[in-house]
Parts: sequence; structure tokens; C-alpha cells
Amino acid sequence: MNRLNIEEPTDTPGQLLAPGVRHAIGAVALVALAALALLGLWGAPPDDRQGEAMRLLYLHVPSAWLAYLAFFVTAVASVLFLWRRTRSMVWDRVAGASAELGVIFTGLTLVVGALWGRPIWGVWWAWDARLVTTAVLFFLYLGYLSLRRIPGEPEAAGKRNAIAALIAFVDVPIVHFSVEWWRTLHQKATVFNPELSAKIEGVQALTLWIAVIAFTLLYLYLLDRRYRLAVLEEGQAERELEQAIRERTGDAVAGVTP
Amino acid sequence: MPLVRCRSVVCLFGRFPALAGLDLDVEAGEVLLCSGPNGAGKTTLLRMLAGLVPAHSGEAEVLGSDLFSDRRSPRRRLALVGHETFCYDDLTVRENLRFTARASGRDGDEIDAVTDRLGLAALSDVTHARLSAGQRRRLALANALVREPELLLLDEPHAGLDEAGRAVLHEVVAAAPAEGRTVVMASHELELARALATREVRIEAGRAHAITAAEARAANRPDQEVQGR
Amino acid sequence: MSLWREALLVAGKDLRIEARSRVALAQILPFGIVVVLLFAFALDPDRGVLARVAPGLFWIAVLLAALLAVGRSFAVETQSNARDGLRLAGLDGAAVFLGKSGAIATELLGLELVLGLGVVVLYDVEVHGLGVLVLAALAATVGVAATGTLYGVLAAGLRLRETLLPLLVLPVLAPVMLGATRAFEDGLAGAPGDAWPWVALLWIFGVLYTGIGVLAFGSLWEND
Repeated sequence: MNRLNIEEPTDTPGQLLAPGVRHAIGAVALVALAALALLGLWGAPPDDRQGEAMRLLYLHVPSAWLAYLAFFVTAVASVLFLWRRTRSMVWDRVAGASAELGVIFTGLTLVVGALWGRPIWGVWWAWDARLVTTAVLFFLYLGYLSLRRIPGEPEAAGKRNAIAALIAFVDVPIVHFSVEWWRTLHQKATVFNPELSAKIEGVQALTLWIAVIAFTLLYLYLLDRRYRLAVLEEGQAERELEQAIRERTGDAVAGVTP
Repeated sequence: MPLVRCRSVVCLFGRFPALAGLDLDVEAGEVLLCSGPNGAGKTTLLRMLAGLVPAHSGEAEVLGSDLFSDRRSPRRRLALVGHETFCYDDLTVRENLRFTARASGRDGDEIDAVTDRLGLAALSDVTHARLSAGQRRRLALANALVREPELLLLDEPHAGLDEAGRAVLHEVVAAAPAEGRTVVMASHELELARALATREVRIEAGRAHAITAAEARAANRPDQEVQGR
Repeated sequence: MSLWREALLVAGKDLRIEARSRVALAQILPFGIVVVLLFAFALDPDRGVLARVAPGLFWIAVLLAALLAVGRSFAVETQSNARDGLRLAGLDGAAVFLGKSGAIATELLGLELVLGLGVVVLYDVEVHGLGVLVLAALAATVGVAATGTLYGVLAAGLRLRETLLPLLVLPVLAPVMLGATRAFEDGLAGAPGDAWPWVALLWIFGVLYTGIGVLAFGSLWEND
């Protein structure tokens, strides 16, 4: 009998999405990414003010969106894990998978943002509220991922992970608020010259929408794959444990006979 | 209703199943000896009964509480003497005992009686860091007794104790049933432990095997012969 | 026994250990002073830079010392497996949290007092708006101690805790670093009006993370 109900891989779905749905999402994501590449690199016109650098926003904006979406999903999954009535290893895996994707896309956001900032602002980095918040976010969740890699009893480790995720998530608005306050109170925006902002319309807007959709679908697909990997890892650990118990009880029989 | 009831308990030490399907009942007033080789799961069994490590599967009840749903409630009614003292290096013997008593919800009036009983009175104002290994063993026992436990879990209580220390230990364990305490001890000092135990189980490879009084006596005999030579 | 009595018991135990072992006094405090000195080496003391950036340097020194204090607070619990003893005693997790973070906060306040004097003397800072400074320091200390204790127990008992703790704690404390530094800057500049919003932010942070600690510490403390 297993009261924790979390060890058996059969108790929880082995994957998030039905295979048909997953294949469809993967295929659409692939097509959308190809369309994004074509439109973003050639289809959409260069921006009046930003020129070709504007094309970087087709990566920057959806990455940033995904980063926030991913961390939000991690927080929701962590709450669902902590709440007794919904506690299931499903939520621990979703939280971990989503945070991993979030960190990757946060990193991408920062790198692409720097590449874009150099020609547009003349600097790689600016002490802008959104930038600073994103950087803090990156390190907050990097720490969370390090913590996740430390093994433990599944339920205990799951609780530990979920609490750590929520501690980090609660911090995000405070970080954002304080940084924004800091930058606006003490130094008027210097790099954010509104005249440099791109006016997005027509093909550009369409491209941006396709980018967001493509990235979101990609996120769903990768989330399912990462979840699947976690299930397989746990199943492997479970089989090793069963094997160890069999070996141990086998020893007992051998040990008792003189 | 037994004080301790375990059915098919699996309990992990890291990723290793230290207990692999253990069945065990302990009745109130017993002095149960758990014998068995190193690595058999004795320490994990005691730590699980104390609620320090969660059981993985099976059924486990201690002092009327299900360890799967509530590992905390039984704690104030039991005490564990482990390999270490659970004490702070920079606090004196008395300060450590007083902290344990107060943290366990007691006023600490028993401290002087306990230190006298265990021969620690002269060391009351010595810090833990300066105690010898044998003195620490006595302190570990004192630290358990100030909590007035109903269930006393002893993990290798003889280890590191000199003759006088063993005499004190024996007095405490022998008096346990009269003081309303049930004792579960794990020990390799079988001869000494069997003299105290009302019953023995052999823990082997994470499971418990009953040992009858006759078997225990028979098992004792070769040791005596070895000593006689 | 009530929550507060248990918390006071734990705090009293931690402070008594620190008073006797003198680790905070003989190691953590000198470390903070060395950091303050190093900043003077890094930034030319002759050009008035130090006085201008003193609040930031002060709080960086405090945060680094706080990491040591948190590490020490949980290292004490590994002596002779004392953590198991505390768990066996059946203390409420919330009480352990309040006690340990209270003890850390007390140590940090003492450290801030000495470091503050050091900064005033060494960096040639003129003190204004003492009331704002004290309230900001109290709030920031509560936040740092609560966050540190929460992550201290998350990392305690894990391998790699020495390296993991700073990575976990410092990003979370980014708002405290910002708020405390700004509040000190405004207070020292004789503009306490500008400092109050930051003080409020610091109190919100401190209360929020103390609340999280009271709720969450128990299950982190119990699980191996």
C-alpha cells in the first residue's frame, strides 16, 4: 500500500498532452516558427527609426512574454502542489519543467535585449526597470533550479521546491516595483527616448503576433517533453528502488538460512 | 492496542531501502531488544519510530498516531538516544538539559534528579564541547530522561560507556517498566542487552525476525564460552 | 506553551550560544569591518566618493555579514545533530523560525550599529535624520533575517549549502538592498520625506517574508 500516492508513475499521467495533440502543437509551432523566420527576416519592413535592429524584437518580445508566462505557471503549479487536495507529483514536474524553460527564455530575453540595445540605445545594458527586474528574475529562478536538483524524498522535496518557487514569485512584483521607483525617482529616463520607440503596424504587427503564438506553442510542446523526461527519470528511480528492495529481502532469506 | 505497530514498512535511507517490509509490534511495558548486523536497518527503525524520518510505504503507528499523517504528535511522549547527544557545544550540561526540558514543554524541575541519577551532577556547569565521549553518552541519556518519555528509544546505548556508565544505564532500563516506560533498544552488546530485554527481535536486511527466549539463551552461550577461554 | 514563549526560548538559546562562542563578535563583525575597509581601498577615499556611496557600501557589508550569520545559525544546529533534538522536542516550526530569525536580527542590529559608526568615521559621513535611518534599518533587518532564515533552512542539511545559500538569498534581497540604500541616502541628505516610501517598502517586505516564514518554515524544518 502506498499512502503518499506519488511514487507510482501509473498514478499520474506520463505526459501532459495526448500524443495527437502534442504532434499537432509541435507541427503548428514548427510552421509558425518558419513563418516567423521568413516574415521577421524578410517579410516585414525595417522600422523607420530603428531600422533592421527592429527585427530583434520579434525574438525579444515573445521570449520575455514566455519567461513571465513560464514563471507564472511555475507559481500556480507550486500552489497546486502545496494545496493538499490537489497535491500530486504532476504539479512538481510542471513547476520544474516550466521554471527551466522560463530561465532559458529569460536568458534569451536578456541576450537579445542587449544585442538590440547596442545599436538603438548605444549601450548593451541600461538600468531600466524592466531590464533589471528580468535580470533579478533570471538569478532568482537559477537558484530555484539549483535547489531542485538536490534529491530527497519525493513529497518532502516537492514541498521544498514549491515553497522556494513561491518565495521567489512573491519577490517579483516587489523587485519590479522597487526598481521602477528607483529609476523614475532618481533619474529621469534617459535611454527611453519615446521617439525611438517603434510604431508597430501592418506586417510588423502580424509578425509579432505570429512570434508570440509560435513561442507559446513551442513552450507547450517543450513543457510536455520536459515533463515526460521527469516522469521517465522518476520511473527509473522507482525501478531502482524496487530492485533494491527485492535484493534486500532476497538477502534476508539468504541471511537467515545457516 | 500495541504502543508501536508496523506492517510491511519500507523506509528509505537516502535512496536505499533501509527497512524493506518490516513487521513489528511493541506492547506497553516491554523492553525490546533489536539485534542484528550493521546496516540491517536498526538505526533507521528507531529514527522512523521517533518521527525523524518519514516512512515510505506500509503502515506505522506509534503511541496511537499514524506516522504517515502525523509524525509530530508522538514526539513529546517519546525520546531517542542516538549516536549523538543532540546538544549544543557552547552550552553547559545544565543549560542543554534545561533547554531540552523547556522546549519539550516541561519546567525542568527534574533536571537535578536526572543529573544525580546519571552521575553528571559534578559536570553541570561544564560545556558540552569539553565533555569526554563517555560523559557525552551519559548526557545523551539524561537529555532523553528529562523529557519523561513513555517510549524510550535507545540506539547502541552501551557504546562508549565505561563500567560505571553501563551500571547507570542498566539501572535506568531496568527501572523503566516500573516508571511506566517502554524501551526499544538496538544493540550489539548482546549479552548485556539480553540481560535487560524482555523480548528480542533480530533485524536483518530491513526486516524483523522473532527470536524466542530459548534461542536467545542458546545464542548467548557461545559468547560466554568465548569469554571463559 | 505559547508560540511566543517557544520563540523566545529558541532565540535565547541562539543568543546565549553566540554570547559564549563569540563567533559573531570575533569573526562576523570583523569580517564586516574588513569589507568596509576594502571599499575604501577600491574607491579613492580622497575624492569624496566614499561619503556619497556610503549607504550602498554599508548595506552590502551588512548583507554579506548576514549570509555568515545565517550560515552560523544553522551550523549550530548540526553540532551533535541538535536539529534532530529540536525536532524531537516537538517545537512548533513557526516558533523555531521566529526564534532563529529574531536571534539573527538581534545580532545584525548590533553589527549595523558598529559598522554604521565605522562608516561615519572612516567615510566621513555626516549623520542626519537619525529617526528615518533607525526605522529603515529595523525594517531591513527584519526582512534580511526572515529571508535568510527561510533559505537557511531550505539549504540546511543539503550538500553544497555554503555555495547555494548566497545564490538563493541575494537575488530575493534585491528590493531590500535598493530600499535600504535609498532610504539611507535620502535620510542622510536631509530629505526624510523622500525616504518614507522606501521605509514603507522595507516594512512591507519584512512583514511579508516573516509571514511566509511563519507559514512555511514548519514543513521545511520537518522534512529531511
